[in-house]
Amino acid sequence: MAVLTYLQAISEGMREEMRRDESVVLLGEDIGVYGGAFKVTKGFIDEFGPKRVIDTPISESAIVGAAVGMALYGFRPIAEIQFADFITVAYNQIVQNAATIHYRYGFPVPIVVRAPSGAGVHGGPFHSQNPEALFTHVPGLKVVAPSTPADAKGLLKAAVRDDNPVLYFEHKYLYRRIKGEVPEDDDFTVPIGVADVKRPGRDATVITYGSTVHTALQAAEDLSAEGAEVEVLDLRTLRPYDEQAILDSVGRTNRVLVLHEASKTGGVGAEIAAFITENAFEKLDAPVMRLGGLDTPVPYSPPLEEYWLPSKERVVGALRRLLEY
Amino acid sequence: MPKKKTSLTKEQKLELYYLLKLTRAVEETVVRLYKQGRVVGGVYLSRGMEAASVGAAYALERDDILFPIHRDTGAHLAKGQSPKAIFLQYLGRADSPSRGRDPGIHFSDRSLNVVGNISHLGSMIPVAVGAAMAMKLAGKKNVSLNFIGEGGSNIGDFHEGLNLAAVQKAPFILVVENNQFAYSTPTHLEYACENIVDRAVGYGIPGELVDGTDVVVVYEAVKKAVERARRGEGPTLIEAKMMRLTGHSAHDDAKYVPEELKKQWEQKDPILVMRRRLEAEGLLDEKVEKEIDQRIEREIEEAVEQALASPLPKPEEAAEGVYA
Ligand SMILES: Cc1ncc(C[n+]2csc(CCOP(=O)(O)OP(=O)(O)O)c2C)c(N)n1
Repeated sequence: MAVLTYLQAISEGMREEMRRDESVVLLGEDIGVYGGAFKVTKGFIDEFGPKRVIDTPISESAIVGAAVGMALYGFRPIAEIQFADFITVAYNQIVQNAATIHYRYGFPVPIVVRAPSGAGVHGGPFHSQNPEALFTHVPGLKVVAPSTPADAKGLLKAAVRDDNPVLYFEHKYLYRRIKGEVPEDDDFTVPIGVADVKRPGRDATVITYGSTVHTALQAAEDLSAEGAEVEVLDLRTLRPYDEQAILDSVGRTNRVLVLHEASKTGGVGAEIAAFITENAFEKLDAPVMRLGGLDTPVPYSPPLEEYWLPSKERVVGALRRLLEY
Repeated sequence: MPKKKTSLTKEQKLELYYLLKLTRAVEETVVRLYKQGRVVGGVYLSRGMEAASVGAAYALERDDILFPIHRDTGAHLAKGQSPKAIFLQYLGRADSPSRGRDPGIHFSDRSLNVVGNISHLGSMIPVAVGAAMAMKLAGKKNVSLNFIGEGGSNIGDFHEGLNLAAVQKAPFILVVENNQFAYSTPTHLEYACENIVDRAVGYGIPGELVDGTDVVVVYEAVKKAVERARRGEGPTLIEAKMMRLTGHSAHDDAKYVPEELKKQWEQKDPILVMRRRLEAEGLLDEKVEKEIDQRIEREIEEAVEQALASPLPKPEEAAEGVYA
């Protein structure tokens, strides 16, 4: 196993899939000679050429729309949205076209839409968003959000091989800050729809994904010193989410905090909380709690942004309330 | 407009005439089924516009990809679709191409290389451009063709799609079906340039304005664009001017269209235009006309009968097929 950053793992996943399968092509802004705004596709144009690494105009709707058209005719495009915030420009193509084609016509639409998301990098309201919940509501889409380099690579490769449109939210705060061991096997994938226990525990579960997996792990570490063992369940896939893993964890700990960086109201956490209440009510010793980013746009100035984020302290506080309930 | 020379054979011209009349007959049958309460969804007709729809699709080969929109009954038929499939669609039957999921002429056919549209106007333009890019990347000589109304041409995807096609030199043809009204909105409230095709200059691609009531003229213009695209010279924008000779949909009486204008355009009914052409060329007489009409009548009758006898989908099928 090699130790890679989260960003290198995404890169390597794409490179391997492009080497394995000639039908995998990339579309996006500044992804060619420049190597992408975050350098995820650095060197790709040299290895795969401009026919497979397609620099596009600033046209998110056309990037995704064209990816859909290419997917209908034999290709497996990976569309890069430069910042996840701009995915709303392509919302119509993703939600109306990509998501419905298989249901209406029975044609697979094997596209991956990669979107660097998240706050903590002082990007302000339009370079910090976590728009996953805008898509988890939509039948026909799959949505993944890895937290570790191994998951980032494995999910990327699984997404490319999937015959459905997959939205791949990569958290840009993690790009160079998180390193980890990554399997080098060409056929290593992380199956879509399978969660992962990142830390086992018996007293409470934090169900989370993306950047807040790391927040939850730090909070669990703090609470462990006080004698409470908190389980951290990383969803990894937000649609279709791993129902069994959630039920199993609730069965072990009987107390749940759902945590994500995205704003709380109407977020993925609401769905998970409702699912647990519907299906494991008798197992619960406390109401399912939720914690997310503030219900505001993401502010720019560092003290504001820090306050906006669901911090480790806030997670610890929420877990204490949960454990004491 | 002067009649141009055409490469079409006598048989092809008669086939085009047949397709124009078939399109009208299919749509009139759909209206009948609608009035009988058998068709429950929206009915958008192409009366007055058949020449553009038929003529453009007729210029494509089987392996070229057609992206029709909401009034392109004629394009489906010209690409080889059966009237029965269209009736099944409107009737929402289990064995309709979309298996009852999508209404009317919103449907695909893999074997004919037809990709159906979503209702969101303009949304198919980038998808059709992607299909064209796929043809180019795969080293094939095929093209993709999409339609757009003059109303839909004001949607952002028109710009994003056409511009991407232009920089990629994608083998793509966009045919603007300018029928003077977008629902109730007249052209002067839709765009301020003289013609939509004037925009081609802005994308650095050729544009051609044609008489959209003359199927031969449309065919020739599209054919030229197709050949250009096959040579690797990129996309073309074509604007076909014509008139929607019905309401926006079956429930709309189009009172907002001045009577004078209607009368004027009735003279340019695409079926009349083609009939005049064929008669002038000595290709059509009463006997041939009657043969065509009888053939269409037979085909429609048979198709309707079969379609009505087809089962509705099982309710629980609604839950199937969201994912591949
Ligand atoms: C994005 C979008 N907005 C509104 C509509 C509703 N709508 C359907 S057809 C139509 C008029 C379209 O006019 P035009 O594009 O000129 O085509 P025509 O119907 O005249 O053939 C409208 C407003 C729609 N389908 N999609």
